[in-house]
Amino acid sequence: MSTIALPRNVRNTVPLLREPALLVPLVGAGVLTYLAILPLFMLFVGSFQVEVAPREFALTLQNYKAAYTSEYTYSTFKNSVIFAAGSAGLTFLLGTILAWLVERTNTPLRTIFIPIAVVPLILPGVLESIAWIFLLSPKFGYINVALMYLFGLESAPFNIFSLPGMIWAHSVGQVPLAFLMMVAAFKSMDPSLEESAMMSGASTWQTLRRITLRLLMPACGSVLLILFVRTLESFETPALIGIPARIYVYTSEIYLAFNEFPPNYGRGAALAVGLLLLSAAGVWLYTRSTREGKRFQTVTGKAFRPRQFDLGPWRWVGFGFLMTYFLIVVLLPFLVMLWASFLPFFATPSWDALSKLSFENYQYLYGFRPFWRAMQNSILLALMTATAAMVLTSLVAWIVYKSRLPGSWMLDFLAFVPITVPGIVLGMALILLYVAFPIPIYGTIWVLLIAYVTRYIPYGMRSASGSILQIHSELEEAAAASGASWWETFRRVTLPLLRPGFAAGWIYICIVSFREFSTSVLLATGESQVLSILLFSMFEQGQVTVVAAIGILMILTLLTIVAVFYKLSGRVGIQA
Amino acid sequence: MIEVRDLVKTFAEHRGDSVKAVERVSFKVEDGRFYTLLGPSGCGKTTTLRCIAGLEKPDSGEIEVSGAKVYSSINGTFVPAYRRPIGMVFQSYAIWPHLTVFENVAFPLRVGKHRFRNEEVRKKVGNALEQVELGDLGERMATQLSGGQQQRLALARALVREPQVLLLDEPLSNLDAKLRERMRVELRELQRRLRITTLYVTHDQIEALSMSNVIAVMSAGVIVQEGLPRDIYMRPRTQFVAQFIGSTNQLGGRLLRVQGEGLGVVRTEVGEIACGLMNDLSPGADVVVVVRPESIVLHRKRPAETINVVEGKVATVMFLGEYLDCSIELGKNVLQTHQPHSLQLRRGETLWVELPPGACMALPSENSSKES
Repeated sequence: MSTIALPRNVRNTVPLLREPALLVPLVGAGVLTYLAILPLFMLFVGSFQVEVAPREFALTLQNYKAAYTSEYTYSTFKNSVIFAAGSAGLTFLLGTILAWLVERTNTPLRTIFIPIAVVPLILPGVLESIAWIFLLSPKFGYINVALMYLFGLESAPFNIFSLPGMIWAHSVGQVPLAFLMMVAAFKSMDPSLEESAMMSGASTWQTLRRITLRLLMPACGSVLLILFVRTLESFETPALIGIPARIYVYTSEIYLAFNEFPPNYGRGAALAVGLLLLSAAGVWLYTRSTREGKRFQTVTGKAFRPRQFDLGPWRWVGFGFLMTYFLIVVLLPFLVMLWASFLPFFATPSWDALSKLSFENYQYLYGFRPFWRAMQNSILLALMTATAAMVLTSLVAWIVYKSRLPGSWMLDFLAFVPITVPGIVLGMALILLYVAFPIPIYGTIWVLLIAYVTRYIPYGMRSASGSILQIHSELEEAAAASGASWWETFRRVTLPLLRPGFAAGWIYICIVSFREFSTSVLLATGESQVLSILLFSMFEQGQVTVVAAIGILMILTLLTIVAVFYKLSGRVGIQA
Repeated sequence: MIEVRDLVKTFAEHRGDSVKAVERVSFKVEDGRFYTLLGPSGCGKTTTLRCIAGLEKPDSGEIEVSGAKVYSSINGTFVPAYRRPIGMVFQSYAIWPHLTVFENVAFPLRVGKHRFRNEEVRKKVGNALEQVELGDLGERMATQLSGGQQQRLALARALVREPQVLLLDEPLSNLDAKLRERMRVELRELQRRLRITTLYVTHDQIEALSMSNVIAVMSAGVIVQEGLPRDIYMRPRTQFVAQFIGSTNQLGGRLLRVQGEGLGVVRTEVGEIACGLMNDLSPGADVVVVVRPESIVLHRKRPAETINVVEGKVATVMFLGEYLDCSIELGKNVLQTHQPHSLQLRRGETLWVELPPGACMALPSENSSKES
């Protein structure tokens, strides 16, 4: 009832070719099925096969036997759960405290803190882990060395190569996410609910405990769940810290199966299916818990002017917390990365080391061909992925929310599927698909493009559908009533109105594609090398200071992309 | 001219069942007239309008706009919205936020088959903006306009192509009360001046009564009564129309006898009441006697030589400025009445209520519980 009627000639027996409005959904469904469903199907099939692309098809359970009945099965399961639960808990705790201090209290300087808290988003997960290795390694970690020196300790107080170390390194990178989600939760809370508690005679703390926190419970549950799932799917920390420390989780098991010689695709696929089911269950629970809010959250989520709690003298404690977070979590990783990038070899800060600082690493990179190739690939992939994903999702979002074609909800579902697929699982699935399929793109950046677009369709959908839903259908109908045809309406009204969401989604996908790690780790090789994987392999080879220099250049590139984008979008009047 | 014949439109619901939104609706709007579809939300009035606009595709029926068939289920004609000679104002105004005031109005001249040269566009847009008194705001962004200005902008955009027919979908419902009153007058004046055939959809009876040449009251997908505003108000033909237009008192009863031309006596719980008769009611029928609050006359003493007088007790009195709003208990029944504010009444006071036979009307009883 709320959509523009598609121009349709009833007597036209071959409407498809003349009706873009009917052709587009079919193409959309085809593309989405190809991207989201086919790889999973191949993964599933592959997990029951003896070899990849077998000449004859024979079902076997041996992969599952190898994957789930080995001596490591239990420890992998235990490590995964501890890692995911610990990270979710720590991330949630830090994010919630930050969000509450910034959003709901009178802590000094809290307003300038909002952008600062989000800054770590720019730091790729690989670099986050590397920076914390620099800081907390038991042998040379700066913090350990400093504490041992200051307090005359015999041994290093912290060891990053442990489960708590993994949890810490992973959590601090995820805090901005938890922070943003909790800020949104605090913002969408009607202050009159708290005010009426106070009018009923409840004190500040009673109100906080009995009203504020109770109201936030559902939001907290869903944030914890999504953090848990994301940690389970992540591979950065398990690769850089977990594998050297011999602490294996599901993602690292899949990677190791792939890295055996010869690669054990079957066992990898069987493990991937398991991880996929786990993560799908988590996502299912999450969407169930937020069923009401999820879809329309971005659109109708009403923002209230929040009530502020007066912390009294405690506000300085809050301020101390914000400052400590800023110094240790936001600033320190950047500084240590910058410092290391100027060193010829890794050394603790000292007068002696200071005299050794040089641009040697950067000079080396200047003449290092693989670096330039990876840089070029990464930039190209980021731009192409963002554009392709946003064009695709804008069309799909229009079909889902504006055309009232029967079955268009299927497209919505198809576009949502990739969110349940962990990056490394998608990598595994694409290997199985393109090794078996006679399309010669395996080993090129095109397979990475397909992988990235698939991964980020759900994110694109989110921003595209957000702005599609905001376009009141009467705006499009008014164009039809003014004499504009379907294409004229789409081009002159829908697309311009879609631009803010398109731009926001584009820049986000651009950033996350540029730093993508867990899918690329299986797919990027030789000619198709990307920066995050180059970093990883050079770090494994021990060229840690060169890695730091690459990291700094990576951050600079990301900042440039963002800056250019804001300059351009500012000119056309977009508030992303 | 707009002519709609046997229009049917059903909407498919999610679980396979369908809802009949419009059920064989037929009406005709003569050239230059202001015709209003009036009804509660969900009665099918907006769906009817959207079918005429071409924004919905009907299931069956026929629609003719200024002599040309734009829809017919008989030979499968369906002219898409953008080819119909219409201008339309939407409930939300649907002002495009990415365009200026000028560009919003110019849009209809720049799309579709017939394009205009820039000069002409400038002239036509200028004229259209003058007409709605927005002449000097052309360069503003549309979003900077106030609600009332946006409403006029929507009107200018609908008129700029000089359409044969103007469709208005609850255009005043988003304005505040004062502005709504003013726009009612302005809109009607503009329509008179341009002599443009207008179809107006509203749920607001005051708008319908004050602006229309003809009103069609809709309920549950059908037109229940069509007529002049005065007739719709004074001589409702069904209990639904009586209830929906203005406020009404109702007394259930049974028709005792018919007395000559359109008059009868009804036995109600408060006694026998002489009243006008609608339709072909025969004695013994279950009826409802309806009477408007402002028609009821109150007497301190029992008036002699007057029929339809009942003793009552003042239950509540509210001073509303323009008039007194009182409710009066007649046994178990309560009547609402509007009295001049000079009248002094006390709660609990006993008085005599006169229900003038000319203002009372017996209508066939419907199952009233669902409508009230």
